[in-house]
Amino acid sequence: MDNFIWPHKDLLDVDDLTPDQLLHLLNTAEQFQEVNSRAVKKVPTLRGKGVVLFFAENSTRTKTSFDIAGKRLSADTFSLAKSGSSLNKGESLKDTALTLEAMSPDIIVIRHSSSGAAAFLAERLDCSIINAGDGWHAHPTQALLDSYTLRRFWRDQGQEMRGKTLLIVGDVAHSRVARSNIKLLNIMGVKVRLFAPRTLLPRGVDTWPVEVFDNLEKAVSGVDAVMCLRLQLERQAAGLLPNISEYASRFCINKRLMSLAAPGAPLLHPGPMNRGVEVASDMADSANSLVLDQVNAGVAVRMAILFLFGTRRDTIQPA
Amino acid sequence: MNDKKLFLQGLTRPNDDQNDARRYDLLIGNGKILAFGPSGSFEAPADAVPEKTDGCLLLASLIDAHTHLREPGFEYKEDIRSGLAAAAHGGFGAVLAMANTRPVNDCAPVTRLMLDKATLHHPHGPFLHPVGALSIGLEGSELAPMGELAEAGVKAISNDGRPVRNNELFRRAMEYAATWGLIVIDHCEDPDLSNGVQMNEGPQSTRFGLKGQSTVGEALQVARDILLSEYLDLPVHLAHISCRQSVDLIRWAKSRGVKVTAETCPHYLLLDDSLLAAYDTRFKVSPPLRGKSDVQAMLEAVNDGTIDILVTDHAPHAAHEKEVPFDEAPNGFIGLETALPLTLDLVRQGLLRADRLEELWCRKPAEIFKLRHNSFKPGDPADFILVDPQSAWTVDTSSIHSKSLNSPWLGLELRGKVVGHWLGGYKIIG
Repeated sequence: MDNFIWPHKDLLDVDDLTPDQLLHLLNTAEQFQEVNSRAVKKVPTLRGKGVVLFFAENSTRTKTSFDIAGKRLSADTFSLAKSGSSLNKGESLKDTALTLEAMSPDIIVIRHSSSGAAAFLAERLDCSIINAGDGWHAHPTQALLDSYTLRRFWRDQGQEMRGKTLLIVGDVAHSRVARSNIKLLNIMGVKVRLFAPRTLLPRGVDTWPVEVFDNLEKAVSGVDAVMCLRLQLERQAAGLLPNISEYASRFCINKRLMSLAAPGAPLLHPGPMNRGVEVASDMADSANSLVLDQVNAGVAVRMAILFLFGTRRDTIQPA
Repeated sequence: MNDKKLFLQGLTRPNDDQNDARRYDLLIGNGKILAFGPSGSFEAPADAVPEKTDGCLLLASLIDAHTHLREPGFEYKEDIRSGLAAAAHGGFGAVLAMANTRPVNDCAPVTRLMLDKATLHHPHGPFLHPVGALSIGLEGSELAPMGELAEAGVKAISNDGRPVRNNELFRRAMEYAATWGLIVIDHCEDPDLSNGVQMNEGPQSTRFGLKGQSTVGEALQVARDILLSEYLDLPVHLAHISCRQSVDLIRWAKSRGVKVTAETCPHYLLLDDSLLAAYDTRFKVSPPLRGKSDVQAMLEAVNDGTIDILVTDHAPHAAHEKEVPFDEAPNGFIGLETALPLTLDLVRQGLLRADRLEELWCRKPAEIFKLRHNSFKPGDPADFILVDPQSAWTVDTSSIHSKSLNSPWLGLELRGKVVGHWLGGYKIIG
């Protein structure tokens, strides 16, 4: 790998990066994927670096993924969950952040329920901030691992990612996954379709570079991939849905719907899945499901991110 | 002091024509206007003391019909002493202070405490006019004792900050307030359509991932108030109007002769929701900054008289309260000391007619809330300010008299400074 100067302190969303930098990041992840298939899955790249995993909102998979990614790069990872943190004792985010920084980490990975929380830290701290999901705003590492997964999937079939069409189904309004994915897929040259009941589509979605459908069967027809979003059960309580079973019976992605897509079209889901709600169980387990590939890619992509941001001031090589 | 005659010469007046060099002279004595007219149109008596006023802009002292002075209860944000000092330096000789204090201003003792503090710290003004709560504790369930509040000295009734969901209660409040000669000021915001909102709803809220309030959230209550006002034939005053839908409704109501008046704030004429890109909580306010087309509609409405008055909605908050993630931050910003320079800037940019300045900031608020004001006619109270319209100053801790600095203009340079402020002939600034 040639030397690539990484000019960014923080990763707040995918559009912080230029298309060249995004490709470099994905290519770097490919190299780390190889590390993950070795018998000894560890390289010394980030030895002596400290990575704080500050998860102020519940998360198991993203946090574990970052933790494994950090450890495989020999970084020291430290976890801080909201329960057990002083945030529960009334400490402000500012003070928690300053306290963390005083312990000299190189990177803080933050997950927070407030949109803009990662930017809030980035503005105030000198260490790198990696956004692992802020409110409804952005989830860049998820979008990156999704594009990584799709790029590999199509490449294995001798196909280009550019020019493909992908449908995102579900609660777009409250989804940081959808927001970051729409931005990144556009940069990657993928045409994005959206389908959701109107209550789960955000106001102003017509200004996005997407095609919005009001009929799921039409939306899924001929698409090259389908990305299903998790339906948060609290949307019913908020009055956005009459009940979950009405959603499941009409919008659940099952084999019949997938048969309308292009032959062999893969299914993605950021997890955790509600089987039988937004995705049918047999579909989740089918050969077309890339859900576990996404999880696998997550570690490699996060290793690439920790590497690029963690060594931005160094001159060492990966792996 | 104020029995002396004072002669101010060579003053300018608000004018759209930058090349108009007309100057004016003003003579005051015994706290009153004695004479006012073009320079040379009258002679100053021999005993008049001349005051240096070269090139200053003369305006009637301003009235701010919508402030939050935070006392009692939130003195760490602002108190009556600091709030009125900010008013004095901002050119305001009278302010209406909203009832969302702690305890809420829903009984005479709180009203009296506010008035006593104002008199103690600022005996010659600026003058504080408390606004009484519409409902007990602003809870929106039982009417506040408006008779008691009126006797104690409130000038209006409002549930500001806590919109009234119950239409029946709002109707009864308008009727009962009328018994005491009080007007109801309504903070128009449908509570259900505004639940948990952080900013204006639209492409920007979708981009930033923040829950948005539709303009319908405001306009729906504007419509309710207009219909009640027409039906009851009673006045209603609509607070901080921010969007096109609302001004369209108000324009329609006025064309029907409904007794509705409305206010907006300088920020709804100057700022839009694209400014929230960096999640800067200084821009978080209720109602939220709207889209560009709403800003345009507000400017039209202020110029054509659909909007009757300007107010600051001065809402101080301590630094630590605003330095939090966006959805945790309180709404509002300070405005008493930035309002006049911002308004002058609108005039300079040609966005606001100069002849609207005193109407919006003085004559009309005085008429709506039955307050004294100065029209520069002999016998009027000598309540006026002198402004150096070119003087540039930076909004920061050294220039602001308010206890809080939560301003979108913090660190920025504004043009126009109050260099003299007289109330009843007393010089309170300068």
